Amino acid sequence: MIALIDYGAGNLTSVRKALTHLGAEIATPHTPYDLELARGIIVPGVGHFDATRAITDEWRAGIRAAVARGAALFGICLGMQWLFDGSTEAPGLPGLAAFAGLCTRLPSDGTLLKIPHVGWNNLTQPQPTRLMAGIEQDAQVYFTHSYAAPLTSAAAATTTYGAATFTSAVEHGRIAGAQFHPEKSGDVGLRILKNWLDSL
Amino acid sequence: MLSKRIIACLDVRDGKVVKGVNFEGLREAGDPGELAARYNHEGIDEIVILDVTATMEARQARAQTIRAVAREIFLPLCVGGGIRSEDDAAAAIDAGADKVSLNTAALRDPSLITRLASRYGSQAVIVAIDAKRQNARFEVYARSGTDLTAKDALDWAREAADCGAGEILLTSIDRDGTRAGFDCALTAAVSDAVPIPVIASGGAGAFEHFAEVFTAGAADAALAASIFHFNEKSVSELKRFLAARAIPVRL
Repeated sequence: MIALIDYGAGNLTSVRKALTHLGAEIATPHTPYDLELARGIIVPGVGHFDATRAITDEWRAGIRAAVARGAALFGICLGMQWLFDGSTEAPGLPGLAAFAGLCTRLPSDGTLLKIPHVGWNNLTQPQPTRLMAGIEQDAQVYFTHSYAAPLTSAAAATTTYGAATFTSAVEHGRIAGAQFHPEKSGDVGLRILKNWLDSL
Repeated sequence: MLSKRIIACLDVRDGKVVKGVNFEGLREAGDPGELAARYNHEGIDEIVILDVTATMEARQARAQTIRAVAREIFLPLCVGGGIRSEDDAAAAIDAGADKVSLNTAALRDPSLITRLASRYGSQAVIVAIDAKRQNARFEVYARSGTDLTAKDALDWAREAADCGAGEILLTSIDRDGTRAGFDCALTAAVSDAVPIPVIASGGAGAFEHFAEVFTAGAADAALAASIFHFNEKSVSELKRFLAARAIPVRL
């Protein structure tokens, strides 16, 4: 069973639809105890980092315990940012701190660059990972965000927008994430989700 | 590099895709699910479903049509037409829309933009502006281009962005359905006025028109309907044309 965490940050219909299309069995846990049966946990989410405040200490403990037990964790968009130490969007609010560094606002680069970063952009893979298996260098995926994660040695992909290069996918051990929306990125996105499901 | 997006618009009435010229004289163009599947195969970047008669007939975009299209594609899907309240938006999003497009309702009550942005995130809220040239300015029309408002398109775009809109969908009423090319002056003026992406709409009739609106028009995305619906030009051909002119697209 894949646990899709609903903490009120945006709509889960697209993520649920894509995973169901790939044959996964999805459930939305009501309490952290429901995570005990999960082989995989997805933290989705869009919007302001402050929304992750709804992932309480009890949920954090439940997620950490599941990962320690061998469950895989995947953060999407805001959910990936939450895997880092935190974000300057909500100073003082800690993320899961599975990856080091703070997420920061994309620089607007004068007046020419539109923020949010919306649309299809390239993935550069600095190293081979399970998540990106079979994905071509420079394959494009769909982004929509204003804040982004810092570069890290755990980057599965990086993306450049204007003057900024940020971590667009991350993988270390059982924890992975994508800043883009694999559920809205056509065949490339479905392949990335399938790679994650196959790793469970 | 961020690609310029090509968006197909499905103008839907009674569950069928239709397309009019200057918002009138609708003719039928096919099943929305089938068209969406074809566009997906051809490499479309995004789909917009617009229930063109919804506002006039006081009817919300049909959840059934949204579900039929959402089933066929794993791409961003926007729904507009008759989204008057948070409940209308929630119904569209629950049916599978990733974004909703507000027009008349946002003009009447701009706080709807803010409320939806705080509930679903700005990325889910597009403000659609239907603009018409009047001497040196661009006037905003409500209710599918039928009602002149007191608003100026540039001012309204700025206000919408300030309220929390994530993108502007800008339609030139003068060019809509004419295939005479996008209104690049209008698009560039709005694009320069707001920090958020602008989708140009109205007037696509040739590949060259897309190249113009992405360069002179400073558009972030371009939307078209009839040029694609009747199989005249394929999305993949258009993208190859743009790539050959050094305009970044997803191939």
